[in-house]
Parts: sequence; structure tokens; C-alpha cells
Amino acid sequence: MWRDALLVAGKDLRIEARSKVAVGQVAPFAVVVLVLFGLALGPAVGPGSVLHAATAGLFWVTVLLATVLAVQRSFSLEASDGASDGLRMSGLDPAGIFVGKAAAVSAELVSLEVLLALVSSILYGRHLAGVALLLASAVVATVGLVAVGTTYGVVSIGSRQRETLLPLLFFPMAAPVVLAATKCWEAALAGTPGRGTGWLDVLAVFAVAYVAIGAVAFGPLLEDA
Amino acid sequence: MSITSTRPASGHPLLGGERSDGQRGVGSAPVGPTKRARVAVRAVGVAAVASVAADLVLGLWVTPPDEFMGNLVRLLYIHPALAWVMYIAYGVSFLSSLLYLWPRTRALRWDRLAGASSEVGVVFTGLTLVTGSIWGRPTWGAWWTWDPLLTTTALLFVLYLGYLAVRRIPAEPEARARRSAIAALVAFVDVPIAYFSVLWWRSLHQTPTVDNPINGKTAIHGSMAWTLLLSFVAFSLVYLWLVVHRCRLAVLAEREEGEGLVLAIEQRRAEADGGGR
Repeated sequence: MWRDALLVAGKDLRIEARSKVAVGQVAPFAVVVLVLFGLALGPAVGPGSVLHAATAGLFWVTVLLATVLAVQRSFSLEASDGASDGLRMSGLDPAGIFVGKAAAVSAELVSLEVLLALVSSILYGRHLAGVALLLASAVVATVGLVAVGTTYGVVSIGSRQRETLLPLLFFPMAAPVVLAATKCWEAALAGTPGRGTGWLDVLAVFAVAYVAIGAVAFGPLLEDA
Repeated sequence: MSITSTRPASGHPLLGGERSDGQRGVGSAPVGPTKRARVAVRAVGVAAVASVAADLVLGLWVTPPDEFMGNLVRLLYIHPALAWVMYIAYGVSFLSSLLYLWPRTRALRWDRLAGASSEVGVVFTGLTLVTGSIWGRPTWGAWWTWDPLLTTTALLFVLYLGYLAVRRIPAEPEARARRSAIAALVAFVDVPIAYFSVLWWRSLHQTPTVDNPINGKTAIHGSMAWTLLLSFVAFSLVYLWLVVHRCRLAVLAEREEGEGLVLAIEQRRAEADGGGR
């Protein structure tokens, strides 16, 4: 399974390295969202302002929106030229395909989050404190988000209603992860990382649960896609 | 809950199981529910309407106003029962999805039951949210608060709307059923969280009035208790009635899909024969 996962993740990352869709479209989109939040809630920045108080929440909503695009991109790769048939007939372990695709998207998103954290720190005047907790919660939350996104991504593959269906399915399941991640980041940014560790546990529980559900359900879902 | 425990032997008359699963039944003799099943369904319908009417009369006129809440307490005779039916509906949807996924009990009737039950569940979730909101405004001073129970119930509403959207993706019946069953299992994760949220986080919403798990007491007595009990029975009957009819509707829709095509081809042939002369 792990070898299959590595193969699939390597394939998706190579496609990204050559097509540069995440770098060229998803990342700029996320930055635009951060700027729009600034326009909607600004222009005051720094301590005491709305943007300063809401940095963690705005960051994670932006990540959520970017996740939808990244997952859609990950499955639009498989939608054309009968690629999904190839995947089905490749003999790779479905759980391995799931882990591989989720790992590739997670890797893209974690690097995007580093960029977004810097941009939001600059735009909203919020100093990045508690980097260890920031990074740990970002990685765990991203795994959870991408796992559930990938599970639903394969549900909506090959359906004409794909673009509109994925967010409807994905956002309610993502809500607890976004909530916990926001609490973690608030604690870290406020300089009291001790208060965020409980939420980090919540994130871990959801990440494990979503990865387990996805690994089990991906096979039958891929067959039907 | 007798519906889910019925072992699919030769077909359950109320669930439309007469049609063997996976086959479209094109051209087969018309089969409807047996006379006894029709009478039973009608009896459930009459009982549902009568008990809801009785619940309204008792709740609005017979029972006394509450010591603290006054006439607002009359929402007690709708709101908890609606929420109760919501949990039943999602429970039935979960169990029948499991039965569909389990290879030995795999049958399209479980898929129909899961779909029907979730659809009715979504309606009751909406009603729970609306009546709760109406109750919250005068008692808590706000239409909506970010209370854990309210938030998780609102999430349930969208989760199952998503499930219904998955059901509407066009696909072969078996593929659609399997995919929907998985979606139903995933969506069900939120149900226990919503149910236990009042116990896990002591929040604004009160804990259960009847058989409170914290102290094991029942904080309601006399005619109010009986009316509350009646409302649970009444709305459960409404649920049962709606689900049975929704299942039958699904069977008819499947039949129409299969036989409609045959009919259209026959008509087209007849037209061609007529024109060819």
C-alpha cells in the first residue's frame, strides 16, 4: 500500500511540477481572498483591529477555499483521457491511491499555508508567535481536510454536477477541523500555546478518523466513479 | 423501528419489496401493495392525523401554562418530538445503509428506505431548527446562538442535504446505492455528536426533560407529561407514514423509468408502422 501511495503521490506532484496549476492559480487565488478579507474588514490593522483579532479564522477559511480548488484539480487530472479507468485497472491498492492523492494535495497545501501565513501576517499586522504549534496544527488539520476532501472528490468525479457538489459535501465535514485549527492558531498567535494543545488533540482525532474512512471507502467509490 | 428489523424474505409489502432487486421488471404483471398492507398504511395515516390533532388540542388548550415560561411552554409539545423523529430518521437511514453495504442483505429496498428516511429526516431537522429558533427568541433573547447543539444540528441539516444531492447524481442504481450508502455512513458521524453535545458541553440548551441522563429524573408531570408523550407518538406515526409513502413513490418512479422506455419505443414503432403505409 505504501509503495502504491508513493507512486501516486509522485505522479501527482510531477504533474504539478510540470503544469504549475497550484502555483499559478490556487496560490494567487488564496492571496486574493486574503486581500479581499482585508478590504471587507479593514483598513485598520494591528492590535485592537478586527483584522488583527480575526487573523486565525480568516486564514483557515482561506485555506478551506484553497483546499476545494486543490482537490478539484487533483481529480480533474483523473477525469480526462480515461485516466480514471487507467487508475482502476492499474492494480494499485485503492487505499494506496487514496493515501497517495491525499498526500500530494497535503504537501501542496502545507507549502501554500506557509506562504499564506506570511502574507496574512504582513497584511493584517499580526506577529507570528508560537511557530511550533502553528506548524503542527497546520499539518494535522491539512491532513484531515484533504482526507475528507479526497473522499468526496472521488464521489463527484465524472459527474456533471462536480464543481457545485464538492463544496456542499465537503464544507460541513470540514467545519469541525476548521474550528479546531482556528482555536489552535488563536492560542498560538496570542502567545499562550498551552491553551491550544487540547484542540490539537481534536484535530488529530478528526485527521485519523477521516483518513481511516477515506482509506476504506475509496475503493468502492472509485469503482463506481 | 419494525421496518428495519424486517428480514427481506420475499419482500415487504410496505417497502415495495415485491419487485426483485436490480431488475427493472419491464413488462411484468403490475404488482401493488396487498390489500392488507394498504389498509395498514391507511390506518397509520389516520392514526397520525388524529394523534397530531389531539396533541394540538391538548397542547394548546388543555394543558396549563408553565410556572416559569408561561404559554411558551406549549412549544414543548412539538419541538422535542420533532428532534426525536429527526434522530430516528437518521438512525434508520444509517442502519439501512449498513444493511445495503453488507453483502448478505444487499437489496435496493434498503437504499430506498435510507433515501426516504433521510429525506423525511431533513424536513424534520428543518422544522426542529425553526421551532427551536421561535422558542429561543423569547427565552434566550436571540433567534440563533452558537450553542453546540444548535450548531451541530444545523450541520446535520447541511450534511444530509449533501447526502440527498449525492443521491441525485445520475448513475446506475447499484452504483448510486453504494455511493449513497457510504455518504450516509459518513454523514451519520455528526448524529451522536449532536445528541450528546448538551451533556458534553453544559451550554445554553437544556438537558433532556424526560429521563435526564445526568440525574435520572423526569422533570415533568401530569397532563403536560402525557401530552409530551403523545407528541412523540404522534410525530413518530407521521414519520412512519411519510417514509412508507416515499418508499412506494420511489418504487413507482423506478417502474416508470423502466416501463416508460418500453412504452415510448412501442409508440414510436406504431407511429412508424402507421406512416409506412
